[in-house]
Amino acid sequence: MTTTLYTSDHEWLAIDGDVATVGITDYAQSQLGDVVFVELPKVGRTLKKTEAAAVVESVKAASDVYAPVTGEVLETNAELAAEPALVNSDAQGKAWFFKIKIADKSELGGLMDEAAYKAHTA
Amino acid sequence: MLARDDQDSLKKTPLHGLHVSLGGKMVPFAGYDMPVQYPAGVLKEHLHTRKLAGLFDVSHMGQLALRPKSGKLEDAARALERLVPQDIVAIAPGRQRYAQFTNADGGILDDLMVANFGDHLFLVVNAACKDADEAHLRANLSGDCIIDQLADRALIALQGPKAESVLAKLCAEAPAMKFMDAGPHKVAGLDCFVSRSGYTGEDGFEISVPAADAERLAKTLLESPDVMPIGLGARDSLRLEAGLCLYGHDIDTATTPVEAALEWSVQKSRRSGGARTGGFPGADKILAHFDNGASRRRVGLLAQGRAPVREGALLFADSAGGEPIGKVTSGGFGPSLNAPVAMGYVPVSRSALGTNLFAEVRGQLLPLTVAAMPFVKNTYKR
Repeated sequence: MTTTLYTSDHEWLAIDGDVATVGITDYAQSQLGDVVFVELPKVGRTLKKTEAAAVVESVKAASDVYAPVTGEVLETNAELAAEPALVNSDAQGKAWFFKIKIADKSELGGLMDEAAYKAHTA
Repeated sequence: MLARDDQDSLKKTPLHGLHVSLGGKMVPFAGYDMPVQYPAGVLKEHLHTRKLAGLFDVSHMGQLALRPKSGKLEDAARALERLVPQDIVAIAPGRQRYAQFTNADGGILDDLMVANFGDHLFLVVNAACKDADEAHLRANLSGDCIIDQLADRALIALQGPKAESVLAKLCAEAPAMKFMDAGPHKVAGLDCFVSRSGYTGEDGFEISVPAADAERLAKTLLESPDVMPIGLGARDSLRLEAGLCLYGHDIDTATTPVEAALEWSVQKSRRSGGARTGGFPGADKILAHFDNGASRRRVGLLAQGRAPVREGALLFADSAGGEPIGKVTSGGFGPSLNAPVAMGYVPVSRSALGTNLFAEVRGQLLPLTVAAMPFVKNTYKR
């Protein structure tokens, strides 16, 4: 059973046990516009919560994607690196960025559920 | 985000309401509330312009008339030559030329278009510089010219391979115009100034229209299924692929026309040994750059990878880093090239086509190659 949580910086996390799959929200992609490049973290790197973990670039600008929790990067999405436009077509599905091993589950406490995130972007 | 009152203080072009009704995403630009993109998005807008035709609101730009007090156009042309290194006298009636206002250091105050309309010169200048340009003209040319900022006119660019056929339906003379022809024409019965020019590398037109008629003309042009409204985002990616300078980024008060690789825009008559050599601000420095070369030069840069290299990225001679040798002044993703494109300044010794350089992006040095501009072949109708 997975739970999806959101950050105020517009990342989503699908949590399955102690592993979170991370991406950017559909709202974020709509604000960025056409995505032409993504840079993903190296597998094995340990990220600190709120550290810049990945980069997503539209024609116009580059934006950071932050680590929503502290932990080690377990896997990155090679399909996304090859086809960055997936962010626009399926932000909260096929366009996941990386999977991270959650070091401290208490960090999840500060994140939003879907209803809170909807209110945040309204 | 801007505070509410900041947004309210932004100026609006005569097409503002149309942009909003078309779903334009409005952003502040040069003091105006302008569409950065429409719902189609930058990528589609860019590609549509190259394939069919795009309509751009460039009404924020300044339009000025320079009328000779003597009644002789040559007197206005000679007067303007005191401020620009271009041959203005030689612009034939109905023709237009690219120019720069220079400063005493040989730097560029603004770049502009100058057209000969027979009894006066018509100037189009950058939005952010237009008030300073007008003051500069008044301070220097008031003895010879009457200077009017034509604030009651909008400016619409129609760019792309279908621009000619679309405009031909509203302006029978349009197809006979050649690149850089410019003059008064009726468009849809309206008193317009039409030039065959633009800022995309594509064939196309820029149409100056009375502000009160601008929305009607834009809507008429948009009725064609070939024409899509295009925002500032795609305007920037189109001009970057075309290798065209953006004032304040690729050229500014610290770059001379020679450093900026704009030698082609300075006619022989104004260079050393020419009939009217010098006589413009910074002539000593600019002519010395022509005669002896400048130490740095604006070049095109193609990334070897997929990561866009953007404005401000430092350039290095080798992968070991060390002292930076230059800087990227414009960079992004070129949708037609489907690859990153950039331009920047490097030492002349590193400016030859094919030179390998490195750009610092997020702490990494990415390989780049000095490349010919335009990156995308232009399609001007010569």
